[in-house]
Amino acid sequence: MHVVKITVTLALLLVSCATASSLAAEAHVAVAANFSGPMERITPLFEKASGHKLIIAYGTVGKFYAQIKNGAPFELLVSADDATPIRLEKDGLAISESRFTYAFGKLVLWSARPGVVDDKGEVLKRGNFKRLAIANPKMAVYGAAAMEVIKKLGAAEQLQARFVFGENISQAYQFVATGNAEIGFVALSQIYKDGVYAAGSHWLIPATLYPQIKQDVVLLTRGKDNPAAKAFLAFLKGPEARKVIRAYGYEL
Amino acid sequence: MFLNDSDLQTIWLTIRLASIVTIILLIVGTPIAWWLARTGSRLKWPISAVVALPLVLPPSVLGFYLLLAMGPYGPVGHLTRVLGIGALPFTFWGLVLASVFYSLPFMVQTLQNAFEAIGDRPLEVAATLRASPLDTFFTVVLPMAMHGYLTASILTFAHTVGEFGVVLMIGGNIPGATRVASVQIYDYVEAMEYAHAHRMSAVMLIFSFLVLLALYIWRPNARNVIRGE
Repeated sequence: MHVVKITVTLALLLVSCATASSLAAEAHVAVAANFSGPMERITPLFEKASGHKLIIAYGTVGKFYAQIKNGAPFELLVSADDATPIRLEKDGLAISESRFTYAFGKLVLWSARPGVVDDKGEVLKRGNFKRLAIANPKMAVYGAAAMEVIKKLGAAEQLQARFVFGENISQAYQFVATGNAEIGFVALSQIYKDGVYAAGSHWLIPATLYPQIKQDVVLLTRGKDNPAAKAFLAFLKGPEARKVIRAYGYEL
Repeated sequence: MFLNDSDLQTIWLTIRLASIVTIILLIVGTPIAWWLARTGSRLKWPISAVVALPLVLPPSVLGFYLLLAMGPYGPVGHLTRVLGIGALPFTFWGLVLASVFYSLPFMVQTLQNAFEAIGDRPLEVAATLRASPLDTFFTVVLPMAMHGYLTASILTFAHTVGEFGVVLMIGGNIPGATRVASVQIYDYVEAMEYAHAHRMSAVMLIFSFLVLLALYIWRPNARNVIRGE
């Protein structure tokens, strides 16, 4: 009896393993750097639930656009804007029906030291700092948004000499976190998690000061038959992922 | 115009950086190379290894440590603040310091080879003629090592011009201060401004080729130096 039971169990186990592995796929995902925090949490949830595997690269959306145009092997783009996915659709490199907004991003001015950034952003006008870190505005959505804020405040000329440009929003964050820049524009998701702000001081910038950061995800033409990429799109719409995205301060 | 103002600015900045680094390394590298060439001390091996480290370390490691060390919470940052110089990252002089580390082996190893090639004999002769060590260095060693000095300077200069990773990590991409030619090209490529990227890259390619050509014509055995032998 026992032997039969064990054999049956083993057989079932083998069958389930075999089907799982035949269904499991890999997807290469390009992810905007501001979304790295939630992505690191969502990925294991997704991989556990689906059996698929994601191979992730973080960077600025401007660079991903150039890379994808030149044949980079990505199947999905988790963008920091909607303009880049739309451009890729026009280029025939992305599938427009697949696109949706997974989050609205928020910009903050942040210092790793308490008491430096006030909750009205007066620090930008007072100018009692030497370096202001910004993500490269040409490449990074959050960098462009930061430049908008500075222009709207009429501080562009006054601050020009103090800019230090990070390659992407992660490097801007790193410049501030290491104290090499006293203040910097970063994504809220980089300094906020589960209702708690990172140490230091910050100013949550009013939405009126910069264009809405509408973050879209899109399936790239290369990934149209990739089950892992498609499954992740569905997962990103689901409650588990949305809960994580909200925990990092994004609006949905 | 073939190159725009911003390109010319970065090229000028790159030349200035490489020149200053070469001069500093000529001054700093000479005693280190001399000591390494002449010493019988066991310390020679660990010091040689430290000097060679930038050859094998990824620039990201060097950039990361320099960023931490020169930042306000790091030892170098603390020192520069006490001395009233201020923070070094994102400044031209921060790049100079980083490049001095980065190009150190090219200066020291090349000079060391030149010094070792002189051997003991000329120094002994100078000593029997009652030349002081300093006198010997300037009247015997320096003329004999002149080829080595030239090779070391060219290599150091060219290697600093070619620096990229470290600059990217501690530079902050500031026009006129830290945006050197290699970073400018990177920005052009990433922004898909390939025409600009092509022009700057062509300048760099021709420059590098001419430097190496000059080196080989000047010293046919310089290829050993480039291999670090």
